[in-house]
Amino acid sequence: MTHARSIWNNGVKTGIIGGVAVLIISLVGMVVSFNRRDIIFEFIAMGHTLLLMTGILIGYTAAKKTTATTTMVKCFNAVVASLVTFSFLALLVIIGNAVNLRAILVNASPMLYKALTLGHHDSAAGIFIILGIGLLCGICAAVLYSVPTAVRRITITALCSVVIAGVLQDLLRPVLLAWGPMSVISDFLFAGNGLTAAGALTVILVIAGIMTVWNFKGDDVKENYQHFSGGTQRGIKIGAFVLLACVLLILPQIVGLFLSEVLTIVGLYVLLGLGLNIVVGYAGLLDLGYVAFFAIGSYVTAILTSPELGFFALNFWQALPFAVLVGICFGVLLGIPVLKMRGDYLAIATLGFGEIIRILVLSDALRPWLGGAQGINKIGKPSLMGYEFSQPQEIYYFILAGCLLVVFISMRLKDSRLGRAWMAMREDEDVAQAMGINLVATKLLAFASGAGFSALSGAIFSAKIGSVYPHSFSVFISINIICLIIVGGMGSIPGVIVGAAALVGLPELLREFADYRMFVYGAALVAMMLLRPEGLWPDVRHKMELHKDESVAEEPQVSTAT
Amino acid sequence: MSAILVTNKMTKRFGGLVAVDSLDISIEENSIHSVIGPNGAGKTTLFNCITGFYKPEEGAIQFGQNSLVGKLPDRIVKLGIARTYQNIRLFPNLTAKENILVGGHSHLKSGLFGAVLGLPRTRREEKEASDGALKLLDFINLTGKGEFLAKNFPYGEQRRLEIARALASRPKILLLDEPTAGMNPSETQAMCDFIEHLRDELGITIILIEHQMRVVMGISETITVLDYGKKIAEGNPDEIKSNATVIEAYLGKGSAAEAH
Repeated sequence: MTHARSIWNNGVKTGIIGGVAVLIISLVGMVVSFNRRDIIFEFIAMGHTLLLMTGILIGYTAAKKTTATTTMVKCFNAVVASLVTFSFLALLVIIGNAVNLRAILVNASPMLYKALTLGHHDSAAGIFIILGIGLLCGICAAVLYSVPTAVRRITITALCSVVIAGVLQDLLRPVLLAWGPMSVISDFLFAGNGLTAAGALTVILVIAGIMTVWNFKGDDVKENYQHFSGGTQRGIKIGAFVLLACVLLILPQIVGLFLSEVLTIVGLYVLLGLGLNIVVGYAGLLDLGYVAFFAIGSYVTAILTSPELGFFALNFWQALPFAVLVGICFGVLLGIPVLKMRGDYLAIATLGFGEIIRILVLSDALRPWLGGAQGINKIGKPSLMGYEFSQPQEIYYFILAGCLLVVFISMRLKDSRLGRAWMAMREDEDVAQAMGINLVATKLLAFASGAGFSALSGAIFSAKIGSVYPHSFSVFISINIICLIIVGGMGSIPGVIVGAAALVGLPELLREFADYRMFVYGAALVAMMLLRPEGLWPDVRHKMELHKDESVAEEPQVSTAT
Repeated sequence: MSAILVTNKMTKRFGGLVAVDSLDISIEENSIHSVIGPNGAGKTTLFNCITGFYKPEEGAIQFGQNSLVGKLPDRIVKLGIARTYQNIRLFPNLTAKENILVGGHSHLKSGLFGAVLGLPRTRREEKEASDGALKLLDFINLTGKGEFLAKNFPYGEQRRLEIARALASRPKILLLDEPTAGMNPSETQAMCDFIEHLRDELGITIILIEHQMRVVMGISETITVLDYGKKIAEGNPDEIKSNATVIEAYLGKGSAAEAH
């Protein structure tokens, strides 16, 4: 008895977790609203894809977690887990048909049941359809588990590419349509509100093909690259940079107005993220009041350029250095009282500082100078040689220049005496001091540089929007920036960019599902921390830190005696 | 030979506990001077006072022309006093080379602007520092391992790396806190040779806290014995070996009589 139970114990347990997950996904309304978009036109919708992916993932996890010796038992567990997962949905449909759940669960609507049962919600066939899909997911998971790693990786990447292409169709289609001949490809790949079947198949084949070739030839290519002379390697790197620069330069012209707007928002967060990355990633000072400097940069620009208040009437370029300078000064001012604080205490203190600034600009007492709740309007637009940056496509270049500058500074600082001092301080403050590092100066420099970058992005932000309001500077922005640094990878410059694209750009592209933004955000953060704690594009160092076993295994452990 | 470091009636208290009690020590230049004593005798506290981690309540610490009392650790390392720790305290997630470069922090000058602008002077300085770090890696037999994270080195190599990091600050005095703790006999012997090598080749004065009597008796010129924060004996190894008070402190009352 116990033996029989222990065989599928794991599958049932994992399945229950999966069941709760799909129930939540369904009952918060994600399935129905996601189904408005298709991944493959008139074949599979986005909501269904989400459920299928969950089912397969649960099955795969069950197979992986089962500590059985035979693949048979593991595969059996995968099927059990997926079946259990989907039986939760079946149960929901049965109960939902008998009792009206809508009074408490708003989204438990006939539309949901219809979506779950593929239209057969009022007959017993619906239940079997759900269970059948569960079985199918389980079999898929089992097959994925039993095939060799290389095959599994190729299959998963190819299928995920289709899903990504479907989800990001709003991004891909305008790009393809921008240039005449490319529109043929767009017509071939996309139709209605999803990919065409032929398009999806092509994506799968192309991605799988590339992956397969890379699997066989990738090592050769890498080896060849190693054999190139230093000059050639540098040439290749420069070539790649030039290519990247060209893409970045023409990007707003091909993607259109809406996507340029998204790009400028992502760019602003990259600027903010890079600044905070110095404070949190390099120097290890957890600063939750970072938005304060963003606000200071915006407000200084607003006060100096807006004719509304009538104090000054500088143009944007004259105001910019003041904004950055005031930001830096406030960075130092905030730094001084918290010099002795570490970790959690520092986080709380800085959190308070961020709120103080927001409440100050909101206050009625300071209204004549800071505009109060009404904010400040008519902020000067930046112009260059008579050319005014006002459209998102023009502001984009402005932000791009800012990002490049800040990336350059971050890279230079990282491998410098100051960067090493920051990292040493992060690792062990006492020892860092005993190595001759002046803690006061080093900490204040970290706060000041971070604040300077933040104020710079604040100035650009105010010029972009043309007005500032206190509610633009809530603590949520600080949290958002911290999250994107964590998701991207602490202390990693490309990580910040990837993090900003994933946590800021993606939600903008999926605006129609904005209701679920926070839900997906939370789930993604938890998943990241469990599966890839080093971030999406980690700093080499952090990668080694968190996957210690692997890096140790690679090292020759030669014990030498002096 | 002259004294390089002198403490005069130095006292450090923690609440009611007197960790170091009115201590007079004089360290000869270019010597290996050991500080021994039972657990809790105040040896590490002495080190922490010299390096500025603690500020003694009374007394003076004189290093050449400079008084060390009240100076912060980063000032003291610049004057030429470096240390290692009883439990190894490397920067675990920095590479071996970066650890050594941080050790040489006080000898580099470049700041924020030098680094951002990539001034020629900064580049030259970085190049020199990097060469120096590689030389130190050679010196401690870790050639070619500069890019590995400090925490991934085996124990003995971490000990040597910590000493190399201290050496990077080009000290006149090196304070070693139990450098052979947790080592097997052959590693211990290698460490002893290494310490003597430091003194002979680099002319560094060594102050050593050590529990292994074989090490202490083997390499030190002078030994100071502490008990309850007080100096109970001082002299060369032979004098200490036959000192009745020392034997009593280590083995308890009556042992001295039995030993004779």
